Amino acid sequence: MKITMAHGSGGQETRELVTEVFRRRLGNEHLDRMEDAAALPRLDYPLAMTTDTFVVTPPEFPGGDIGKLAVCGTVNDLWMSGARPLYLSAGFVLREGLEIGLLERVAGSMAQAARAAGVQIVAGDTKVIENSGDDAGGIFINTAGIGCRQWALTPGAADARAGDAVILSGPLGNHHAAILSRRLGIENNIMSDCADLGPPAEALLAGGVRVRAMRDVTRGGLATVLNEMAAAAGLRIEAEESAIPVDADVERFCALLGLDPLYMANEGKFICLVADADAERALELLRAFPLGAQAARIGRTEALPAPDEKLPGAEPPVILRTALGGRRILDSLYGEGLPRIC
Amino acid sequence: MPASDLAAALRDYRGEELRIMEVCGTHTAAIFRHGIKNMISPSLRLISGPGCPVCVTPAAYIDRAVELALEEGVTLATFGDMIKVPGSRLSLSEAKGEGADVLLMYSLREVLEQAQAHPARQYVVAAVGFETTAPVYALALEQIQRAGLRNVRFLTALRRVIPVLHYVCRTDSGIGAFLAPGHVSAVIGADAFRPLARRYGRPFVVGGFSGTEILRALYALMRMAQNGTADVLNAYPSAVRAEGNPRALACVEKYFTPGAAAWRGMGEIADSGYYLREEYREYDAGSLPAAAAAENEPDGCQCGEVILGRITPPECPLFRRACTPMHARGPCMVSAEGACGIWYRYAV
Repeated sequence: MKITMAHGSGGQETRELVTEVFRRRLGNEHLDRMEDAAALPRLDYPLAMTTDTFVVTPPEFPGGDIGKLAVCGTVNDLWMSGARPLYLSAGFVLREGLEIGLLERVAGSMAQAARAAGVQIVAGDTKVIENSGDDAGGIFINTAGIGCRQWALTPGAADARAGDAVILSGPLGNHHAAILSRRLGIENNIMSDCADLGPPAEALLAGGVRVRAMRDVTRGGLATVLNEMAAAAGLRIEAEESAIPVDADVERFCALLGLDPLYMANEGKFICLVADADAERALELLRAFPLGAQAARIGRTEALPAPDEKLPGAEPPVILRTALGGRRILDSLYGEGLPRIC
Repeated sequence: MPASDLAAALRDYRGEELRIMEVCGTHTAAIFRHGIKNMISPSLRLISGPGCPVCVTPAAYIDRAVELALEEGVTLATFGDMIKVPGSRLSLSEAKGEGADVLLMYSLREVLEQAQAHPARQYVVAAVGFETTAPVYALALEQIQRAGLRNVRFLTALRRVIPVLHYVCRTDSGIGAFLAPGHVSAVIGADAFRPLARRYGRPFVVGGFSGTEILRALYALMRMAQNGTADVLNAYPSAVRAEGNPRALACVEKYFTPGAAAWRGMGEIADSGYYLREEYREYDAGSLPAAAAAENEPDGCQCGEVILGRITPPECPLFRRACTPMHARGPCMVSAEGACGIWYRYAV
């Protein structure tokens, strides 16, 4: 069975799809009312809200699928701003010709991920677009989420100070390498790191650590996220290359294709800035979780130096001390991370 | 010798200024990624050479690729590095915005699969690269012939490293030693540099790409230059043999033949290109004759001077001002292996 334009018509086929595929797996007391909007109870804390759209190819990959990604991605963004995720919405854009079996598996893994993360999917929508040329099938998901900031800590880059420790929760590049391996038909054992960052983030928020800011390390990789954090905080970050964990098989994969793990996407890693005196405690808390087992202190924040008159443009905000002992700029990603051509 | 000792020796060099050209763009990128430039004596000056295929490809080649990509029924397949290189009117990425069908390929396999699935569509492969990449195109040609595909052609800008190094040695660039390209050498062999070393009296060391391998190669070049040794040392034996890879070379020679080619900023250099042989011309998509390709450089762009090591990127008046990775005027700023882009991204 495949998706046809009729599934997006709003008529009987749409209702059947919603009932059979989505409600059966994702149903709860809010979604099941099937109103135009979900009516939700009053919340006693300040709220955080976010949205993210997922377009990954292939939609199923070692370590997860687009459904798990769509739940974890939005849940993680809420946790990173110090909010416990409560409710999600899910919008699906499906391309004619999509196997309904695939959609069922994706909805199933969304249900599983939502249960594990303690969130409910309370609103949804489905549209079908025409099949244009080669891209038969195809599934795109948007999720938006609401969470409450129930802790005294409300992390944000503006709270960072010179001398804070920069902590990375685990090794880099696994998601990017897993997806690319599938696309290129390269066989290996690399799995996506797609995961709910809630448990380690909650441990930090509730554990008495002075967390200044948290960011999940997704598109653009660590290099891009560090630059964004430094710019938002008005600080410079000095990172230590030899302290940054990368799994051996990911490192080999990168060497083969000329990729740099510092620019590769992750779906279950985060960076946090914490007060220097709390760094060891933060590492201890993170390492208690499997996904934080390799958590490491990878650098520190410093005050920005005065701007250089000779060079136009801003001072580079992130400096990497290389494993060999040199220093260089660690810049944001430009364009796509592409394999070498010679 | 451990890396720390190599680094110390290179830092403590007190001789007269020695200009070392790292020929390959991948070496330039690795040198900056490891922060080597500011670990060694300022008297050891590292100069980026002509070994970034994207950087040396003339604007006229991009123009031809854009023209083909805009043709009805044509898909132009390219590796990612080429897509943002400015032509005289458009880059391939801009042409895409005007409706051109540009396929960013990770491997030739994707192109061959698509060509097989869509026999009515024409596929043109932008075949850019040095001896390292040429065997990839030769193998693809072998597969195309075997599968009887009639809808794949090549727009070639293939380059040979030895002729361009003769050119560099003959000009006034003052290069005293050469870090020879590791990947190219894996194909053509370390011995291929010996005639250059002997004729121009300069040391060549074939080096690998890890930080320690680069330090080892630079250390060897420093010592050889101090001792006046005009020879070749293979410091990358794990990947490079003296005779190279004869099978790859044979495959390339089956399909391609040397000919004059234009290099950005250097003009035409005899025998420095590879062209499809007469008997395989049906697979050629109108690769430009070298003479015609030498014009149409972007206004004020000094990539040619940078490639020859006559100026460093910050000495170009456009650098960081009119020319940045997001809005590049010349190819050296666009390519991941171009000297300008590398200085912009990494130099502290």
